[in-house]
Amino acid sequence: MGKGLIRVTTPLRHLLAIEGMYPPQIAGLLDLAESYVLLSRTGTTPRDRLRGRTLINLFFEDSTRTRTSFELAGKRLGADVINMSVATSSVNKGETLLDTAATLNAMNCDLLVVRHAASGAPVLLARKVDAAVINAGDGTHEHPTQALLDALTIRRRLGGLQGLVVAICGDILHSRVARSNIHLLSAMGSRVRVVGPPTLIPPEAHRLGVEVFHDMKAGLAGADVVMALRLQQERMTGGLVPSSREYFRFFGLDADKLSYAKPNALVMHPGPMNRGVEIASSVADDPVRSVIREQVEMGVAVRMAVLDVLAHAGIKGGPRQ
Amino acid sequence: MSDVLFINARLIDPASGLDQQGALLVRDGRIADLGQNLGRPDGVAVVDGEGAVLCPGLVDMRVEVGEPGGEYRENIPSAALAAAFGGITTVAALPDSKPAIDDPALVRLLRTRGEETGSLTVHPYGALTRGCRGEELAELGLLREAGAVAFTDGARAIGPAKLMRLALTYARMFSARIVQHPEEPTLAAGGAATEGELATRLGLPGIPAAAEALMVARDIALARLTGGAVHFAHVSTAAALELIRRAKDEGLAITCDTAPPYFDLNETAIGNWRSYAKLSPPLRADADRQAVAAALADGTIDAVASDHQPRDPDDKRLPFAQAQPGGAGLATLLGITLAQVHGSGLPLGRALELLTVAPARILGVPAGTLARGAAADLALFDPDRSWRVTAGALPGRAQNTPFDGRALEGRVLGTWKAGRRVFGG
Repeated sequence: MGKGLIRVTTPLRHLLAIEGMYPPQIAGLLDLAESYVLLSRTGTTPRDRLRGRTLINLFFEDSTRTRTSFELAGKRLGADVINMSVATSSVNKGETLLDTAATLNAMNCDLLVVRHAASGAPVLLARKVDAAVINAGDGTHEHPTQALLDALTIRRRLGGLQGLVVAICGDILHSRVARSNIHLLSAMGSRVRVVGPPTLIPPEAHRLGVEVFHDMKAGLAGADVVMALRLQQERMTGGLVPSSREYFRFFGLDADKLSYAKPNALVMHPGPMNRGVEIASSVADDPVRSVIREQVEMGVAVRMAVLDVLAHAGIKGGPRQ
Repeated sequence: MSDVLFINARLIDPASGLDQQGALLVRDGRIADLGQNLGRPDGVAVVDGEGAVLCPGLVDMRVEVGEPGGEYRENIPSAALAAAFGGITTVAALPDSKPAIDDPALVRLLRTRGEETGSLTVHPYGALTRGCRGEELAELGLLREAGAVAFTDGARAIGPAKLMRLALTYARMFSARIVQHPEEPTLAAGGAATEGELATRLGLPGIPAAAEALMVARDIALARLTGGAVHFAHVSTAAALELIRRAKDEGLAITCDTAPPYFDLNETAIGNWRSYAKLSPPLRADADRQAVAAALADGTIDAVASDHQPRDPDDKRLPFAQAQPGGAGLATLLGITLAQVHGSGLPLGRALELLTVAPARILGVPAGTLARGAAADLALFDPDRSWRVTAGALPGRAQNTPFDGRALEGRVLGTWKAGRRVFGG
């Protein structure tokens, strides 16, 4: 099944970043993921789709939800899934990364899912292995499958992405989720705003094609979708934000600030949430507007689609990217 | 009670450029009317100015009020007495108290303590960093909402460039100015007097004048980088003023003030290890003093502030290097500034602008004008009446004036807060 649903103009060898992808590639992945949502719900996913293929989750940074999501996605398509957690603290990272790549290559792995604290690490790895590499989050660069699952969630709820106003709120500076979402949503015709204190907005952010706001009410005005981002505790100890109470006062997504968005605006969060810091519980748990749990479900479907496409479009042993 | 008609006064309002003989009517604590001839409504008290100057109550943008934590040196009621004597009706209070003003509740406390005096409005600065320790940003947004007019670590320079950059970037969101003590701390560390021949003869560790220019140059670059607004307090050197002049020409959001000692005294005042003339920044060479005086007239300096730093005798009766820096300044702010009018040709209107509307605009507070409808905060002074500064006989607790014995021309005859007389008469 499924092949007829894929409308990918250029075969994807790896999934390293959203930036540079063509809208038809993105739409194709979302279409395929859509079908996997239904098959997952009915427990009828094609277990033979990745039979005999090996998927390695190579996580240099701890992550329970993303790793589990990829693991589930692989297993629902019948792949052999192996989890490798690599402690980053004890090793010289650059050298180890290439050594690890050589080792994994010798094991004839097909799909390599990588999370790394250093921006660009998956690209380095992709040059050295024959497997298709999937970036599961690299430093403050990109987290492509998160953007795809967010897009799928929005598309299913609102019918499309074209013309939507999407406000991404909080720590844009350190967020790979924000960068991937900016690229994806802009490519698909949404109008993206970023909202946060100036200390958490990256320099020249407007050059990414977004509108920059430092005031939540202005930034959320008329938005169709509001995404809150996680504020890492170390941003406060690092001094970029004075305190969590001040952050919540000005940037915490609560009912008052949300009232400036469209009446049925979607509320999203990539998780894990800091309740009372970047989002109020009343908003996070809003049964109508919050789609936070739905995002998790879409995550598995999107990753199934990515694994499927890369396992079949990639030419194993072929020319390296 | 608060309905007063002033007659025979020389009305000077630098905000509007007004300078004319006339009358001014106060109703319900506000300025109701002013002009050459006003009728006398029934039941209104009359004050005959006898030709003295009636101007807006002075706005002093740099005052250590002693609260909380330093009440034995000065507190808000005692500072209010000194302020009223000096014609001052509004002050901005420095936040490097103990504890520092780094919590919204403390901002509200200081404002309320000012209101309780009935004679002095206290606008607190918020601490820029927690405890004014120069490490982590304080809650600038919450402090601003509570009424903090700007942010500073007071007498402590904001040292690390990265912290200053962060502060300017963050404060921009709340349209708040950062007030810097412009002194490169690693270069000034351990110093007690301006580096030079005099410090060498006295055997005192020096602070080079360049410590000020270095910090000013750095912060101008950071203001350019971030789009933030920097105010340099008590600027004292020609080199720093030249940098500020150029930054203003460039259109950057840079302002500055100076304090009377820096245009009235030079480093020789510390001769014989006179610790009452030990200030921070230290008194400078006379060429720098002259540059400061010139910058009052040419507009490079935006405001004159007293830089009132209460110290008690135990802080000062120490070997010079160990004595605490700082001078009392509320009572002498107007008189020393008027010395520039009498002695150096500074126009009286400009002098009063530096003391009223200019600092009010920098602080963003509604004070310092004679506009109809404005609060009737007023000072009546005779620019030619002489008096002598006498340490020990000054109003308020702080007696540590560096101007002890100085004869001044220009004496406040009366001060009014919201139409109520709080000094003189």
